Amino acid sequence: MNWLTNFIRPKIKALVRKTDVPENLWDKCPSCTKMIFHRDLEANQRVCPHCGHHLRLKAKRRLELLFDDGTFTCIELPKTATDPLRFRDQKKYSDRLKDARDKTGESDAIVVAHGTIGRLPVVIAAFDFDFMGGSMGIAVGEGLVAAAKLATLQQATLIAIPSSGGARMQEGILSLMQLPRTVIAAEQVKEAGLPFIVILADPTTGGVSASFAMLGDIAIAEPGAVIGFAGARVIEETIREKLPAGFQRSEYLLEHGMVDMVVHRHQLRDTVIRTLKLILQPTPTAEIVPLLKPVADGAAASGPAS
Amino acid sequence: MTHYLDFEKPIAELEGKIEELRRLTSDAGVNIADEVGRLQSKVDKQLRSAYGKLTAWQKVQVARHPERPHFVDYVEALIDEWTPLAGDRLFGEDAALIGGIGRLAGYSCVILGNEKGADTDDRVKRNFGMARPEGYRKAQRLMKLADRFRLPVVALVDTPGAYPGIDAEARGQAEAIARCMEICLAIRVPFVAAVIGEGGSGGAIAIAAANRVLMLEHSIYSVISPEGCASILWRSAEQAKEAAEALRLTAQDLLKLGVIDSIVPEPLGGAHRDRGRTIQAVGEAVARNLRELIGQDGGVLRMRRREKFLEMGRQGL
Repeated sequence: MNWLTNFIRPKIKALVRKTDVPENLWDKCPSCTKMIFHRDLEANQRVCPHCGHHLRLKAKRRLELLFDDGTFTCIELPKTATDPLRFRDQKKYSDRLKDARDKTGESDAIVVAHGTIGRLPVVIAAFDFDFMGGSMGIAVGEGLVAAAKLATLQQATLIAIPSSGGARMQEGILSLMQLPRTVIAAEQVKEAGLPFIVILADPTTGGVSASFAMLGDIAIAEPGAVIGFAGARVIEETIREKLPAGFQRSEYLLEHGMVDMVVHRHQLRDTVIRTLKLILQPTPTAEIVPLLKPVADGAAASGPAS
Repeated sequence: MTHYLDFEKPIAELEGKIEELRRLTSDAGVNIADEVGRLQSKVDKQLRSAYGKLTAWQKVQVARHPERPHFVDYVEALIDEWTPLAGDRLFGEDAALIGGIGRLAGYSCVILGNEKGADTDDRVKRNFGMARPEGYRKAQRLMKLADRFRLPVVALVDTPGAYPGIDAEARGQAEAIARCMEICLAIRVPFVAAVIGEGGSGGAIAIAAANRVLMLEHSIYSVISPEGCASILWRSAEQAKEAAEALRLTAQDLLKLGVIDSIVPEPLGGAHRDRGRTIQAVGEAVARNLRELIGQDGGVLRMRRREKFLEMGRQGL
């Protein structure tokens, strides 16, 4: 305390009422390391205003950004066996689960919700990376199976948004079995004649990339997302070589024909709406009256053959 | 026997003695049959006690034993008219994942499997059993072929995992595995898979989403190698032993967890001690399962396969 704070405090107190001040007002961009005011970052959908780096989004925030008017209904996920192996490493898995639940407020690493996008019915299954690295165990697999079921019941599109390091080791072989289970979930949606769209967010690796995430009718990736099967460290240790720049990033996958498009988060919703309408509303919504095409200078006028 | 595992040391000593005695007999013409018999029964006792209570980590070692029978050994002993089919028609041929048509117990089948290789040159050629996308795309092609001609599919799984390399990633390893599993779950023909050594994560399940999944008694099947798990969760690969226990990767655990359907017993002392009998036992178990499935409606086979996987892990364990 000094003379200045003592001196002006009464006036300031009168001006601003005491509010809950978040602890971290500033975030550091992990890419360009510049500081970003947290409100600016949120307003910009957690895309760095300096370098355009896409920071991770919480599952619920993703849903807000994609669904019409930011409104949606979450479904309660089926109860599943917790800690089936009674796994313990340096810490008990049950404790890790509890911590993750406290930290995120979610029951597991996936949130499933339904609503409309561009007034079309859509079910979204979005991963929460903050929940144990978005890892896929029984509960996550069950979430995807439930999402697929809901989509077929509602004749809705299924959008999956993985953000996951892969299978959840602490559930051992049962986490590996989520690969075929989620593949079946994706198949059920496709077989019902409904679109299955995957929005690959950072990161999509391991067992998650090697299952439903690579089976979308349309695969959209967020810029700069790490997408691949094996982790970079494992590859480096295996081949004892440095990895090329940009390896396993969205743009690399686009170049190698593994995704349809890389879309900036700000354009994601519009892209999804346009794509869905192209797929689901193939006939014109109103009669189209053809406009006369402007004829280039010197070219012979050739009207539409009718 | 040339390769002994750490826990087989007492057995190695006894067998060394037997060898020595046998050499003496041939040199001096002394009858030591009684002594050899006595030692042999000791060996059997040791084997019974060691193999009766193998720890998870010991099973990992047995499953990876270099003399354990591999895919090509099974094909040679069990498959008549073996006709290997090569290539994915997209990029290349992958020697780490072999496929073809042949007759098993008289039934014409598509047979797929990982091959780790028999000696150093072969291991390099087979990339130590780690398939690239081409392997999984070849498997897709052959499963579709099986589906078209109503041939059952048999897959023998033995891989440390799918290959983690730049080329594999560039050509879509994740997609190749996902699509392979999709086709496993789509085909309308009987499908039996058997884990004969190592069932390494995505690289294994890619060809093992079958109607019936069998495992050899001392084989393993896991979401991650114990070494990989230890280096992530314990931050040191030294803890692989603990990780192996925690992961519950043995055939016995997997049967309890409802992930596999049955266990094929191995001869005393593991598959590597009696390769012929092991191969016959696997052949008989696969044939038995095939006979139960052949004749069932294709749509039903496919539906039951999917239901089986959807039910996994749902029951309280």
